[in-house]
This record gives sequence, C-alpha cells and structure tokens, in this order.
Amino acid sequence: MYMAIFILFAIMSIAGAIMVITLKSPVSSAIALIFVLCCIAGLFALMGALFMAALQVIVYAGAIMVLFLFIIMLLNLKDEILGEDEKKVTRVFGSILGIAFLLEIGFFVRRALTVGSESLMYPVPEQFASIEVISTGLFTKFLFAFEITSVLLLVAIIGAIMLSKGEGKTEY
Amino acid sequence: MDLIDIGITVGKVVIIFGALMGMVAYMTLFERRVIAFIQGRIGPNRVGFQGLLQPIADAVKLLFKEDVTPAGANKFLFAIAPMLSFIPTLLTIAVIPVAESSTIFGREVDWIISDINIGILFVLAVTAMEVYGIIIGGWASNSKYPLLGALRASAQMISYEVSLGLALVGLLMVTGTFSMTEIVAQQSSFLQWNIFKQPLGFLLFIIGAFAEVNRIPFDLPEAEAELVGGYNTEFSSMKFAMYFMGEYAAMISISAIMVTLYFGGWQGPILPSPIWFLLKVGAFLFTFVWVRGTLPRFRYDQLMRFGWLVLLPLALFNIFITGVIMVL
Amino acid sequence: MIEAYFPIFVLFIFALITPVVMLLIPKIVAKREPTPIKDAAYECGIPAEGDARERFPIKFYLIAILFLLFDLEAVFLYPWAYIYKKLGLFGLIEMGVFITILLVGYIYVIKKGALKWQ
Repeated sequence: MYMAIFILFAIMSIAGAIMVITLKSPVSSAIALIFVLCCIAGLFALMGALFMAALQVIVYAGAIMVLFLFIIMLLNLKDEILGEDEKKVTRVFGSILGIAFLLEIGFFVRRALTVGSESLMYPVPEQFASIEVISTGLFTKFLFAFEITSVLLLVAIIGAIMLSKGEGKTEY
Repeated sequence: MDLIDIGITVGKVVIIFGALMGMVAYMTLFERRVIAFIQGRIGPNRVGFQGLLQPIADAVKLLFKEDVTPAGANKFLFAIAPMLSFIPTLLTIAVIPVAESSTIFGREVDWIISDINIGILFVLAVTAMEVYGIIIGGWASNSKYPLLGALRASAQMISYEVSLGLALVGLLMVTGTFSMTEIVAQQSSFLQWNIFKQPLGFLLFIIGAFAEVNRIPFDLPEAEAELVGGYNTEFSSMKFAMYFMGEYAAMISISAIMVTLYFGGWQGPILPSPIWFLLKVGAFLFTFVWVRGTLPRFRYDQLMRFGWLVLLPLALFNIFITGVIMVL
Repeated sequence: MIEAYFPIFVLFIFALITPVVMLLIPKIVAKREPTPIKDAAYECGIPAEGDARERFPIKFYLIAILFLLFDLEAVFLYPWAYIYKKLGLFGLIEMGVFITILLVGYIYVIKKGALKWQ
C-alpha cells in the first residue's frame, strides 16, 4: 500500500516535471511546477513529515510560485520569442549537465542497492521531521544558523528594493 | 481498517461536504435577502415560499447558459482556472471539527474529516493555493479588465495572507498546538474562549479573512465600477458560477475556522453541538453580509498601505505582547 | 499513518468530481453558437485594442517578493510559537533578535517608498 502510493506520487511528480520543461507557454509550465511541488509535499506527508509537507506547500507552492508567475507575467514572455531566443550552446550544455546529473543519481542508487537492499527501504523513524524535533532543534541546537537566516532575509529585502528601484528615477 | 470504517469515513465526508454545498447554495439567497432588508427592499421572494427555491432556479439557469471562451484565451488554462479557485476552498473543511464525537455502530466517530496534528498549517497551505485560480483566470482570458483584476486580487490576497498567518502565531503561542480538535477541547467553557486571550489577534484575523475572501470593504478585484467584473469578466455559464461558489465556500470555511479557533467550536450549553456550530458560523456569515451592506470600498492604495503599514506591524506587536504576557 | 490521509483523499475526490461534473453539464445541455463578435474580449462594447497581456508595473513584483520574505518569517514563527511555552524568556529574546533584524529591512522598505502607491 505504502509502496503503491509512493510510486503514484513519484510518477506524478516526474510527469509534472517533464511537463514543466516541454510545455510551450511559460504560465502553463509554472502551473505544472506547482503541481510537482504539491506532489513532493505528498511524498513528505507519506513519510509522516506532515510539518514539512505543509511548509513545502506554503513556501514553495504558495509563495515562491506566486513570485514566479508575477515575473513571467511582468516580462510578458511570448511563446514565439522564447523559441527564437534559444541558443544552440545552451541546449548542448544543458543536455550534458542533465545527463551528468542523471548518471550521478543512477550511481548513488546503484551503490545503495549493492551495499544493502534494505537501505533504500529504510523504515522512517517514529519522530521523523515532526514539529517537536524541528522546533527544538531549530531554537536550541541550530540557534545561530536560525539567527543568521534573518540576515539573509534582510539582504534579500534590500536586494529586491535595489533591483526594482533601478537608478532611483522611476516613481510609481 | 475494515469496511465499516471506510463506510463511516465516506458517510462523514458526504454529510459534511453536502452540508457545505447546501450552505453555499443558500448563502446566495441569504445574502440577497439580508442586503435587500438592509436597503429597504424585499429581495427575491417569488420562487417557492419566501424565495426558498431561488438557488435551484439560479443553478438551472446557469447550467443552460452558453459557455463562451474568448478567442485569444488559453483554452486549457481558461477551463481549469475556475476549478483551481473552487477546489481549495472545499478542502479547508477537512480539518474543522463540526460536532461532538458520537457512537455509531458501536464505534466512536469524531465529527471531523481528518484529525491531523497540523490542522492550522493545513488551512494555511490550502489558503495559499486559492490565489492561483484568480491569477490564472485573469491571465488566461487575454482581456484587459480580467488581467488588471487578477493582478490586483493576487497582490491583495498575498499582502493580507502575511497578516493572516502572523495573526495565528499569537494564537499558537497560547494554545501550543496545531490540532483543531485540541484547540476546541481547550476552550471548554465560555471564559476560556481564545477570543478573550487573543482579542487583537482575532481582530487582525477577521480583517485578514475579509481581504482573503475578497469581500467588501476589500472587494477591489471585482470593483464593478472600474474593472467591469474584475478577473471573472470573461467567464460565463458554470465557470462564472464556480468563481462565485468559490467565494461563498471560502466565506463559510473561514467563518468555521474563526468559530473553531476563537469561539469554542461546536461547544455550547443545552442545544446539540452541530446546532451550536451552525449558529456560530451563521452569526459570522451574517456579519459578512452586514459589513457588505454597511461599508464602502477601500481605494487600492489605501488597501495596500493598510495591509503593509498597519496590519503587519500590529500582528508583530501582538506576537510580542503575547510573548511578554506569557513570560510574566 | 496512511489511514489518516484516507479521509482527506475521499474529500479531495469529492471536491474534484463536483466541479468537473458541474463544468461538463453545460457542455451537454447548453447550446453553443460562437460568433467572432461574441468571442472577442470585452472592452465596454468598443472593438478590443492591442494585446491584453501588457507589461505591468514593477510594484507588483516587489509586493510578491516582500510577501515571500515575510511569509518565510511567518514560517519560522510557527515552530517557535509551538514550543514557546517551553522556551520562555529565552525564546522571546532569540525571536526578538530575529524580528529586529528583519524590522530593519521593513523600515528600509518603507523609507525607500516601496510601499507607496500613487
């Protein structure tokens, strides 16, 4: 049962990912990406990491993808322009990178299979990624990393303002 | 899990989902009658006794309307956009306890579809998805007014979603749990209702809720005077109806969430628990209509300024004050 | 664990089938007579001009990125609020530092006039 649901979610997310890169219209691609992210949230939930699943949907599918859609609409990318603009070099380079990444995943899956077949089917620990574990870890053991995150967010805020303001000429 | 369990689960979903759909249908009549009453009119009272068959007549009419797709529209996205806005509003009810648990076929039945321990986060996640139906709908129409309406709507929804999420943090600090059932259990008597522990948090939440479901005074996405109909201008027939039903379903589910989080959920003396739940939700739905009949609409710049410069600092202040009081 | 999701799955099926059926019924019963005028985008009765999908103000992009950043802040607050009772004063101080640093960014945004709408 567990395996069947896992495979279902895995197939759906891979199919969605293929749609992201094959669909012509950028907005459709973005919708497909939202679908992929929701499927990944499903995979998290399947492992019992409900908190992670919820955050995956709230942050990735809910916030980052709104930004993506806004940018796609802001730039008003037309299907035709995208087709023409594509350089041959990027295609070749992209394909090489993709194949290399695929081989890398294949290598690790193979190694995991040879070391011990159960390592891939390792049972999920009882308290895996539960809210208690995450929050106590985040606010005690990894406190410094958490505080540093705020600096990261601060830099992001300032960067966003700088980029959108440009030379300081535009007044909206 | 055996057949009886599955049967009980499906039955529970059918009852709660059916009740929600029924409430969505009759909410339209309720709103029109109450607005008419506020404005000194009569409202629809011809179809059936006191207009009680009006929603059915409306549904039949919309079903037989021609479904027009604009020539320049992205056909697929145009078809799925209304569903994208409708489905999330229906999923919210999954984590809301609607009544006291009872015994059926010798089994304890909790009247909540799924008692997951991250109920509040589930609601926030599903609410975050509601914005896509509107963005995609406005963009896919390939028409100016819907696109403008969609842009405004999405910018408004995401702005107020932040305050909505932050308003809940104060509540979480007090309750220390994400589970809706536990939150209801904590508010067992009148004085323990969370509204008394989080008055400012509740105020922020209800303002955010009005903005999140695009109701007056925050209904700029569909400002008919400037934007024709906003994001749903080009939609007709059942697709148009779906946007409308999505708005009503969102209104009902957010009322149910407010009742559960701040007003003790289904608990109350003498009357049976589902009645109490419906009464409390009904009071909020009446408030939604009442506010619509009373307040004018915000201007867009006022709306954005209010969201970012007033609600957001207030939400952070609320968290700070709650933290200080809890430490003392 | 999987059993806990079964009810949500059932609800999802219901929530999926209802709109699909509702959208299919008009396809069968309603008549469809498209004409070029009827299919044109609505612009108050005058013939539509130009493409609707024009570029829009960068303001909206800015709102989206600010939303993303403050949403992330809220996401950090949820687990914090969850164990706040255990953390106590220590928790208040560590979150105070976090929020203060972010407030600097927030004040910067206001000072730069990024949230000013005209």
